Amino acid sequence: MAFDTGLAVVVLGVAVWTIAARKTVAAVAGFVAFGLLLALVWVRLAAPDVALTEAAIGSGVTGGLLLGAATRLRRIEPSAAGETLGIGLKLAAAVLCILVATGIAAIVLLLPEPAPTLAPQVAKNLDRTGLGNPVTAVLMAYRAIDTLLEVVVLLLALVGIWSLAPDRAWGGFPGARHHADSDGLLAFVAQLLVPIGILVGIHIFWVGSTAPGGEFQGATILAAMWIFAVMAGLLDTPAVNRRWLRLLLVIGPAVFLAIGLAGFAVAGGFLAYPEAYAKVMILTIEVPVTLSIAATLALLVAGPPERPPNG
Amino acid sequence: MTGATLYGLCAAVLVGLGLFGLIVHPQPLRKILAFNLIGSGVFVLFGAVALRGAAAGFGGDPVPQALVITGIVVAFAATALAVALLLRLFR
Amino acid sequence: MSLVLDGLSILAVCAGAFFFLAGTVGLLRFPDPLSRLHALAKADNLGLGLVVLGLLFQAAGLPAALKLIGVWLLTLLAGATVTQLIARTVRPTEPQA
Repeated sequence: MAFDTGLAVVVLGVAVWTIAARKTVAAVAGFVAFGLLLALVWVRLAAPDVALTEAAIGSGVTGGLLLGAATRLRRIEPSAAGETLGIGLKLAAAVLCILVATGIAAIVLLLPEPAPTLAPQVAKNLDRTGLGNPVTAVLMAYRAIDTLLEVVVLLLALVGIWSLAPDRAWGGFPGARHHADSDGLLAFVAQLLVPIGILVGIHIFWVGSTAPGGEFQGATILAAMWIFAVMAGLLDTPAVNRRWLRLLLVIGPAVFLAIGLAGFAVAGGFLAYPEAYAKVMILTIEVPVTLSIAATLALLVAGPPERPPNG
Repeated sequence: MTGATLYGLCAAVLVGLGLFGLIVHPQPLRKILAFNLIGSGVFVLFGAVALRGAAAGFGGDPVPQALVITGIVVAFAATALAVALLLRLFR
Repeated sequence: MSLVLDGLSILAVCAGAFFFLAGTVGLLRFPDPLSRLHALAKADNLGLGLVVLGLLFQAAGLPAALKLIGVWLLTLLAGATVTQLIARTVRPTEPQA
């Protein structure tokens, strides 16, 4: 209990720093630290899968994305700002936020006892899904349609980002070209770290069926390794009009949707799995989805195309 | 006070802080940061509800936890799109 | 036996925490970025190493112990790389001694 109190105080302190810091780069650094501390909070909330996701996506890739944006906006930041609010409006905003926070706190203190829970139903049918991790069972079997829509939303966000390319760079290479630095430090570390990272990513994906882990966490690690290799100058980002890239992005949702539609014929409902083959079906969905999500996350961080596709 | 209530109150403060940052900061990137803070607060609230639902040998109710995982991924997608729009706006 | 192991764990983790504290004090109090990097390196490598050593006594078997050591080695690698990169970025602004 004392540890929880201390952790909550530190988390709130870092959150206050993120809001109150003067420079944007400092605020983003605070946000990355906030995300890692939040991963500890998730472990205390008995949710190790969420802790992995928060550390990987919520703090890792989001932090990288925001840091890149903060450094790019550093030069034009003063002119990019709207008008600063006067002290009266700031006080009014503070009052509003205190009211909102109090409302939510009241809801938390008035939650019903005994707590309603779906855990017994999840446990009862867990054997039929062939999985050992209840969160993966919820993601891939009980609420598989949510996961399908989530994968499609990622793809839509990527299409939205690609549509922001200037005309001359349409379908071209995202981001600036990174060259391996002259001393080769980053390239050396990347050559050492990327194979290890790919192994860890595949392991976390594979072990997610029985232990904390899963496809999103594994896919994020694979995406991070791709981003690292690009930043070290070992690879260039692929041009977004390449057919193999588009195939890689689409194969996950396509297989997911196909198995979902096949569920009508085979097991009597959208995304229903035949009883004996549940685990096989889930694996058949998970492997292409992991690859697609890894590519999508890496390209979301890379941003819209900036260099023309052919030269 | 149980752990779930403590983290639920922490989530309430996070949402309030994030909302304040969203309203008060003039720079759009700081607004995006504050928006992510609000999102994190909402997710921790889900986590507190999940912790209260511990039963059947699980540490927490797995359904809200799976919803939070989906939420974190979708929040990242939204942040990426917002940042891309921002950089395009100020190119 | 387990009491001895627990005692050793607590000792090692406390020592690691002390090095983290020392590193943080160095980060906050040292005058320029290069010396701050020096302080952080002590915290990262030695502090984390002691914490991992303490946790090794509690590990549930050889695979878990190897994973803990793997975590420490990866952090060493990442820390060394980042320290080098930051130091190179900072160096041109230092006065030529």
